[in-house]
Amino acid sequence: MSRAARPPSRFLRLRWSVLGAALLLASCVPAGILDPQGPIASAQLLLLINSTAIMLVVVVPVIVATLAFAWWYRSSNTDTARSLDESYEGRVEFVVWSIPALTVILLGGVIWIGSHQLDPRAPIAGKSDPLRVDVVALDWKWLFIYPDLGVAAVNQLVIPAGTPVKFRLTSATVMNSFFVPQLGSQIYTMGGMITHLNLLADGSGEYPGFSANFSGDGFSWMRFVVKSVPTGDFTAWVERTRGTGSGLDDASYAELARPSQNVPPTTYRSVEPKLFERVLDQTTAGPGTADPSRHAGG
Amino acid sequence: MLGRLSWSAIPFDEPLPLLSGAVVGVVILAILVAVTIKGWWPYLWREWLTSVDHKRIGVMYLALGLVMLLRGFSDAIMMRTQQAIAVGSAQGYLPPQHYDQVFSAHGTIMIFFVAMPLVIGLMNFAVPLQLGVRDVAFPVLNSVSLWLTATGALLINLSLVIGNFARTGWTAYPPLSELAFSPDVGVDYYLWSLQISGIGTLLTGINFVTTILKLRAPGMIYFRMPVFCWTALAANLLIVAAFPILTATFMMLLLDRYVGMHFFTNDAGGNQMMYVNLFWAWGHPEVYILILPAFGVFSEVVATFSGKGLFSYRSMVWATLAICVLSFMVWLHHFFTMGAGANVNAFFGIMSSIIAVPTGVKVFNWLFTMFRGRIVFQTPMLFAVGFIVTFVIGGLTGVLLAVPPVNFVLHNSAFLVAHFHNVIIGGVVFGALAGINYWFPKAFGFTLDERFGHASFWCWLIGFYLAFMPLYALGLMGMTRRLEHIPDPSWQPLLLVAEVGAIVIFCGILCQVAQLFVSIRTREQRRDLTGDPWNGRTLEWSTSSPPPAYNFAVLPKVETIDAFWQMKRTGRTPVAPAYEAIEMPRNSPAGFITAFFATVLGFSLIWHIWWLVILNFVAAVIVVLIAGWSIEREEEISAAEVAQMERAGRRPA
Repeated sequence: MSRAARPPSRFLRLRWSVLGAALLLASCVPAGILDPQGPIASAQLLLLINSTAIMLVVVVPVIVATLAFAWWYRSSNTDTARSLDESYEGRVEFVVWSIPALTVILLGGVIWIGSHQLDPRAPIAGKSDPLRVDVVALDWKWLFIYPDLGVAAVNQLVIPAGTPVKFRLTSATVMNSFFVPQLGSQIYTMGGMITHLNLLADGSGEYPGFSANFSGDGFSWMRFVVKSVPTGDFTAWVERTRGTGSGLDDASYAELARPSQNVPPTTYRSVEPKLFERVLDQTTAGPGTADPSRHAGG
Repeated sequence: MLGRLSWSAIPFDEPLPLLSGAVVGVVILAILVAVTIKGWWPYLWREWLTSVDHKRIGVMYLALGLVMLLRGFSDAIMMRTQQAIAVGSAQGYLPPQHYDQVFSAHGTIMIFFVAMPLVIGLMNFAVPLQLGVRDVAFPVLNSVSLWLTATGALLINLSLVIGNFARTGWTAYPPLSELAFSPDVGVDYYLWSLQISGIGTLLTGINFVTTILKLRAPGMIYFRMPVFCWTALAANLLIVAAFPILTATFMMLLLDRYVGMHFFTNDAGGNQMMYVNLFWAWGHPEVYILILPAFGVFSEVVATFSGKGLFSYRSMVWATLAICVLSFMVWLHHFFTMGAGANVNAFFGIMSSIIAVPTGVKVFNWLFTMFRGRIVFQTPMLFAVGFIVTFVIGGLTGVLLAVPPVNFVLHNSAFLVAHFHNVIIGGVVFGALAGINYWFPKAFGFTLDERFGHASFWCWLIGFYLAFMPLYALGLMGMTRRLEHIPDPSWQPLLLVAEVGAIVIFCGILCQVAQLFVSIRTREQRRDLTGDPWNGRTLEWSTSSPPPAYNFAVLPKVETIDAFWQMKRTGRTPVAPAYEAIEMPRNSPAGFITAFFATVLGFSLIWHIWWLVILNFVAAVIVVLIAGWSIEREEEISAAEVAQMERAGRRPA
């Protein structure tokens, strides 16, 4: 390439890379777990950043040293001292074991404390009593039952902001994972078993939730939205829900449990008492869960 | 008559698998016709298909791994394309029924039929040579292992055109993989192909543990073994300990599916959590079965191309053994989100991060080996440097995932996908490619083309970063794995970058094909007559390239680590003039015949063709009985023949 030809091409390259970088940055706006909306998710993001920082202290020098050594001790470099004989030194050896060991001791403390503080079962202290929500994973939608309020909803979870939410979760089908990235911890839902989770949303907003464990053909569409609203609005929503639509009894549950995809959010004005417990029993009891229409496409 | 098999098993309505199946079929047919026309069958049968020579078996394992890499990669590019275009209102070009098979097949193939054959192939080729012996402990069994692995690969590819593959992900968690939710043959293809190849892998483990413990050159005590042999020992101990768990777990799932038992079902007392625990009790050691031999390759490569002995051989060995033991104590980190208590999660989190200590020691040791060395950047060394830089990033994200509360938000996300590709591509694949470039001249007597080698390295490296760094970001943005449709349009730019990355990796694969092609065409100019093209340190470089069937005319006497380096320094050649007759194992069709029966057995079990299962079993027993009577298992190469072959093989440099 001639010298004269260089500036424009360099300019062009610069323009492209700026454009590319801008595009990438634009797509990296804080979202998901980088945009926490509750104390659990915030603590987890902080832990993520702290752990990364602790490790970067070791990792960055290692990467720099690797590249520097590779460059400096290249065979064509005439300007370097080499020692090709056996190069063993106990002191270096000691350092070599201590650096990762110390890092891991530090991280081990972080892990122990973090695991206990952010245990999904641990209740969240709040100004008000926690709201209880029972979650049932179905093919391929989410059923949310409010056992104390006697209402239920599919694919939408309305919660009062600032109130801890105490979840009990199960699956009427295969294993799924209940996950709302902006609120924190996910947890598996499994047939015949109950898992426990506590979350809290700080303010009002709408946060996407989904299944994070592959569950078959409708998995990609098994999404729901968490609507965190002020306490007054929540009470109003419960009242409104109690006054509209149909109730969820055994028959309508059986209908709901049939495999379906891309189900729009709906609510139920009432819920058969102990439905969650009966779902558990049904799942362990027998073949009712396997519906041939689940694989109509295959 | 044919069990569940009927014309409806052929996916006439899905053009993609049918077309690709047809293309593969035509290619295979063309190769078979060409081999027949050229009259190569006797040669292939005598020299390769029935060979029990560990070097030939190693090469065939590597060939299997590289061919299956093409299959696994085509699945990868299909997934990347689907995710790049199926955004918002667009549906992409793959329906879920097909997409779910693609990612299940991708994972299964890449782990069991690419990574495993590549790693086992390198161990087959190099371990006996490095130990200074003539073959593995059980040469015929070795051939059986190879052909059982090939059977598994064949069955999994059959599922492309006859029936379908599993739609459960490569882990096949129940209850999704139970009959109630996966009634078709997909999961059966998965289970039987892995059962059959798993037996082959277990036999490999037994073979190599025995070889390394019982067959070493005179004077090669354990602490004089090359580090690659140590890592091979650790990996094969893990195979022997871990693969039976997988076989038993799959057998339980098969009993659920075939005779209505309830090990892992939702109902009748089954427990899906048991499968998940057992699967990862195999699955985590499996990670180290793959990565430890790669560590071994890098230890050899870094020492050789830095012109220095490995820094602190002893701590490298202890680090390897520490990883070997620790790898069995961390399985729960694959499912922190299952609801175990804080104490259990914390314990497994800490154990997992402790593995970073011996791994970190290894990284530092490679670093200090390079320090004050004379580094020659042949292709294997490029891969080694690329590996160190890439792998520490994968290690960092791995330790992050080992912090349970962090795992609660990253589990099953694109971040996790990025992490394990980071360590598997940056570690295992780079290791295998470094190993292939390193030992190729030993295997074939000529070096590989460096220009295409360098090009393939840069494509793999850049392609990897382009393909997987965006996935880290997407995971943080809340994207989970195995999505057939992308709900959030703001993820699309990063997914497009990942797609470009996959294409760049494809260029890397093309460069490797070109490298092989060019090198074979110009092999006369690139002959290595010394047997020691890199100024190597270990015993495999002391014999001619390619080595004779018996490897060493006279078994070398070992006095130190880096035995060959020592011999070169003290001026002692390993070749003594007085040759003796050598007993070598005869070729055996046992492996090939076993594979034939295993293929028919697997196929008839998958399709419930019970009469064929029974017929096949009876025929196999008869053949084993007949074969058992042939006692001529060894042949002798006379001293005169050895002398003649040595003169021919060791031409002056």
